Amino acid sequence: MGFSLEAGSSKKIHYCIRVGDKEMEKSRVTKAVKGDVNDNSAWGWLIHKGISAPFICISLFAILVRVAVSLHPYSGAGDPPKYGDFEAQRHWMEITTNLPVNEWYHNSTTNDLSYWGLDYPPLTAYQSYIHGLVLRFFHPESVSLYTSRGHESYIGKLLMRWTVLTSDVLIFFPAVLWLILVYADQWRRHKSNLAWHVAMILLNPCLILIDHGHFQYNCISLGLTLGAVSAILHDKDLVASFLFSLALNHKQMSAYFVPAFFSHLLGKCLKRQNPLFEVSKLGMVVVGTFALVWWPYLHSRVAILEIRAPSNRAFLYGLLNSAFSFYLFSFQVHEKSILLPLLPATILAVEEPFLFQWLTQFALLSMFPLLTRDKLVLPYIALYGIFISVYYAPNGKPDAPNTRSSSRLTSFLIAFVLLLSLALHIIYLTINPPKKYPFLFEAIIMLLCFSQFVLVAVYSNRKQWILSNQQSPIGIQKKQL
Amino acid sequence: MKPPKQKKARQLEEKQTKLHDPHRPIIKDLLWFSLITTFFKVLLIPAYHSTDFEVHRNWLALTHTLPLSHWYVDETSPWTLDYPPFFAYFERFLSLFASLVDPTITDLYNGLNYKALSVIIFQRLSVIASDAILIYSIYKLTKNLESKKRFLIWVLVVWSPGLLIVDHVHFQYNGFLLGILLVSLGALQKGNDLIGGFVFAILLCFKHLFAVAGPVYFVYLLRHYCRGGILRGFTKLVTMGVVVVAVFVAAYGPFAYHGQIQEVLRRMFPFGRGLCHAYWAPNFWVLYILSDKMLAFVLAKLGFHIQTPTASFTGGLVGDASPFAILPTITPSLTFAIVLLAISPSLVKAWRNPQPKMIIRWVAYAYSCGFLFGWHVHEKASLHFLVPLAVVAVESIEDARHYFMLSIVSSYSLFPLLYEAQEYPIKVVLLLLHIALMWYGFSSQFSERNESDKRTACVLMVTGWMEKSYLLGFVVLEIWGQFLHPFLLGDKLPFLPLMMMSFYCALGMMYSWIWQLRCIVRSQ
Repeated sequence: MGFSLEAGSSKKIHYCIRVGDKEMEKSRVTKAVKGDVNDNSAWGWLIHKGISAPFICISLFAILVRVAVSLHPYSGAGDPPKYGDFEAQRHWMEITTNLPVNEWYHNSTTNDLSYWGLDYPPLTAYQSYIHGLVLRFFHPESVSLYTSRGHESYIGKLLMRWTVLTSDVLIFFPAVLWLILVYADQWRRHKSNLAWHVAMILLNPCLILIDHGHFQYNCISLGLTLGAVSAILHDKDLVASFLFSLALNHKQMSAYFVPAFFSHLLGKCLKRQNPLFEVSKLGMVVVGTFALVWWPYLHSRVAILEIRAPSNRAFLYGLLNSAFSFYLFSFQVHEKSILLPLLPATILAVEEPFLFQWLTQFALLSMFPLLTRDKLVLPYIALYGIFISVYYAPNGKPDAPNTRSSSRLTSFLIAFVLLLSLALHIIYLTINPPKKYPFLFEAIIMLLCFSQFVLVAVYSNRKQWILSNQQSPIGIQKKQL
Repeated sequence: MKPPKQKKARQLEEKQTKLHDPHRPIIKDLLWFSLITTFFKVLLIPAYHSTDFEVHRNWLALTHTLPLSHWYVDETSPWTLDYPPFFAYFERFLSLFASLVDPTITDLYNGLNYKALSVIIFQRLSVIASDAILIYSIYKLTKNLESKKRFLIWVLVVWSPGLLIVDHVHFQYNGFLLGILLVSLGALQKGNDLIGGFVFAILLCFKHLFAVAGPVYFVYLLRHYCRGGILRGFTKLVTMGVVVVAVFVAAYGPFAYHGQIQEVLRRMFPFGRGLCHAYWAPNFWVLYILSDKMLAFVLAKLGFHIQTPTASFTGGLVGDASPFAILPTITPSLTFAIVLLAISPSLVKAWRNPQPKMIIRWVAYAYSCGFLFGWHVHEKASLHFLVPLAVVAVESIEDARHYFMLSIVSSYSLFPLLYEAQEYPIKVVLLLLHIALMWYGFSSQFSERNESDKRTACVLMVTGWMEKSYLLGFVVLEIWGQFLHPFLLGDKLPFLPLMMMSFYCALGMMYSWIWQLRCIVRSQ
C-alpha cells in the first residue's frame, strides 16, 4: 500500500504557515516533487502529505531534544572565580540593562572589561538587553549591577536556558523552514529526503550541544545566515544582504562567509542589465543595516568584493570553502567556530551525505574536550546517537550521486579512522595524560580532526572548481520544470 | 504459452524472496526506532525524580543485604517493600550490578537517600534497559500488520507522553510491566492461550494491581481454552491451573516456607488509606466527592443542618471509610463490588463468544473500570488501559478518535506529577508532539487519497462541537492553572487548579468508559 504521484505532475499549493510570531505566506509555490516509489515505508504516513507534517513533527522533536539537553550543566557551572560562557552572557545582560548604551563597550568602574567584557558586535548587545529585561522582570537578583556576579540559581538557569530556546525557535526554525521550501522547489528530491534533510539540520548535535548545553547564542547568527542563504536561493538578494549584515552584526565570526556571499552577489549583479545600479542597491542595504545597528556608535564598514561566475549550487560549496579557509588558517580560532563550516555542510547534506556525516562526527570530536570540561558527556553521547540513528533512518538518506565505490581500501580506512576516534574518546575520559604533556590527548584529538577537516576542505574545493567549470547560470535552473 | 509461464516464474521468485526475508526490514526499523528513543531517554537522566526513586534504591539495598526472610519485615527505611515477590527478585537481580557499580547504592544504612551521580545513572539506565521488554512485546504484536499501522502503534505505545513522564522522569518501572502485559495479550490474540495465561500469572506476581483484569482472563480462558468436550476441557483446565499455581508457588513459595505469607499480604494490601490518593486521580469518586460537597453547600444555604466531616478523603478513618456529608459512605468492599459490577458486561460477552480479537478491548475495559471505581487509585493507573488500547486504536476511525481524546486526557492528568518549572516545557512539548503524531498518523490511515488539506484531518479526528470545545478546554485549564491563578489569586485556594484538573479529566475518563462499554456491548 503506498501513495504515489505520477512523475512530472505538479501542484500549486497555497501555504499560510504561522511560525512563532512570524507569518510566512508562501503562495503558489510550484512544487514538482518526484513521486515516492517506496512510500510504503514505515514513516510514509508522515511524509505523503507534503512538507508541513514532517516539519512540524521534526520541529517539535527537535525542541524536545533541546529542552532535554538544557537539563544538563552549563559551561563554568559552580566554578568560581571566572565561571564560563554562561556567566559571560549573564554579565552582558547585567551590563546592558543597567548601563546606558554608549557605556556598554567602555571600560569604567561599573563596567570592568577584564571580567567578561563585551566582545561581540552590537546586535549581541541588543539581544542581551532584551533578554536581560526578561530576567530582570522575573528574577532581578540575577542581573543586578555588580552584586549578581557569579549568580547561580535554579530559576536563573531556567530563564537563561529559555532565552536560548526562544531565540532558536523564533529565528533558526523559520529560517530552516524557508530553506527547505526553497530547496524543495529548486532541487527535485524525494519527499522522504526532504524530511531527512530537515531532521539533519534541526538535530545538528554540535549546535544543540553548544547552544543549549555549553550555553551560547549561535542559533541567532547562524539562523540569520541561514535565512540569508535561503533568500539567495530564492532570488531575493536585498533580503539576503539585510539578513547577512544582521548576522555579521551579531557575531563577527559570520565574516567567515563574507567571500562567498559577496562574490556570488556581485557576480549576479554583473550578469544583470544595470550592474552599477544593482551593486549600489545591495551596497545601500548593507550600509543601511550596519548604520542601523551601529547607530549609537556611528561607525561604518565597507565590504570587500570578489568576482566569480554565480550559480546557486556553487554558492553553497563556496560558503563551505570560505568558512573552512577561515577556520583552518585564522588566528585565535575557538573550537566552537567549527559550527560555521558545519552550517553550509548541513545545507548540502542531501547533495553530499557522506561528507556531511563525516564532518559532523569530527566536529563533535573536536568539541569533545570542551564538552567534557562542561560535564556534558551524557548529552554528547545521546545526541551523537540520535544523530547517527536519524542519519541512517530507513528511506531517509538519499543515495549519493557518485556512490563511493566500496573499495576495500576506502572501507578499511574509514573503519580505521572511526575506531581511532572511538579509542580517543575512551582514552580522554579514562586515562590521565602524562605530567610532562598535560594536553597530549587534546593535541592528538585536534590533529586527527584537523586531518579530516583538510580532507573535507580539499574535496569541497575540488567540487566547487568542477561545478564552476560547468558554468550553469541561475536562469536556466529555474526554467526546469 | 510463454508469457503466462514467465509471469508465473517471476511471481514465484518474488514470493520466494519475500519468504526469505519477511522480518529483516521490520527488525531494522525497530532497531532504528528503539535507538532514537533510548538516546532520548538518556537525555532525561538528570531530570527531576520523585521519592519513588529512593523507594527502588531502598529495595535494591534491602534485597541485596538482607536474607529473604527479612525482605517483607524490614523497616529500616519508611519505603517498605509492597510489591509481590517477583518484583523483589527483579530488584535482587539488579542489585548484583548496582553493587559492582557503586557499593553504597546497596548499602542499607549508608545508602539512605543516596543522591550521587552513580545511583542516578544506574537506576535510570535500569529503567531504559527494562523497556526492552516493551519493545519486544510490540514487535510480537505488530509484526504481521502492514508497515504504516505497525509504525503508528510503535509510536503510540513507546512515545506515549504518560509513559515517558512516569517512567523516565518521575521514576517507575511501568514500561517493563506493561510489556509483559502486552506479551500476554499478544499470545492470547494469536490463540496461544496457555502462554497468555502463564505470562499473566507472572505479571500478577510482579505487580498485583494488574489483577483487576483477572476475572476477564479467567472467563475468557475458561471458555476459549478449556473447550472441546468435558474430558478435554477438564484436562486443559487442570493444565492451566497447574501452570498458574506453579508460577505462584515459585513466587510465594519461599515466603510460605519462612511462614511469612501474612506479612507479605499485609504489605501488598495496606489498610488505612483513604478513598483517594493525595492528588485525586480523575475517576468517578472525584465527581462523587464534588457532588457531595456541592450538595452539602446548597443544603446548608437552604437552612438544613449539615455535619461537616472531620477527616479528609486522602487519609483514613477507623474501618477505612471516608466521610461524606450527604451521600452514602463508600467502603473498600463497596468499591470492589462496583468494579466487579462494571466489568460484568465484558465477562458476559467473553462467556458467550470468547474471540481472540476482542480480548485486548475487554482487558482494557476491565482496567478502565478498576481505574474509575477502585479504592485509592493512583493517576498512573490510567496507563494500564491506555497502552493496550493503542494496539487496537488503528483498527477503525472511531477507535482512533477515542484513543486521540483518551490519550490527551490521560497524559494531561499526569502533568501534576512533574510540578517543577524545569520539566514544564518537556511535558508540554511531549504532549504536543504526541498530538501531532496522532493527528497525522491517524488521518493518513483513514483519510482518502489525494485529500491533503488540514481541514479533512481536523474533521476526521475530532467531530462535533462538544468534543472540540472539551479539548480546547484543556488549553484554558492550563492557562488558568499556570498563569491566571497565581496572578489573580496568588496563594489563595491553592487546591483549586488541581481540583479543577481532576474534575475535568474525570469527565473525559467517564466518557471513555461509556464509549468502551458501548463498543463492547454492541460487538458481535
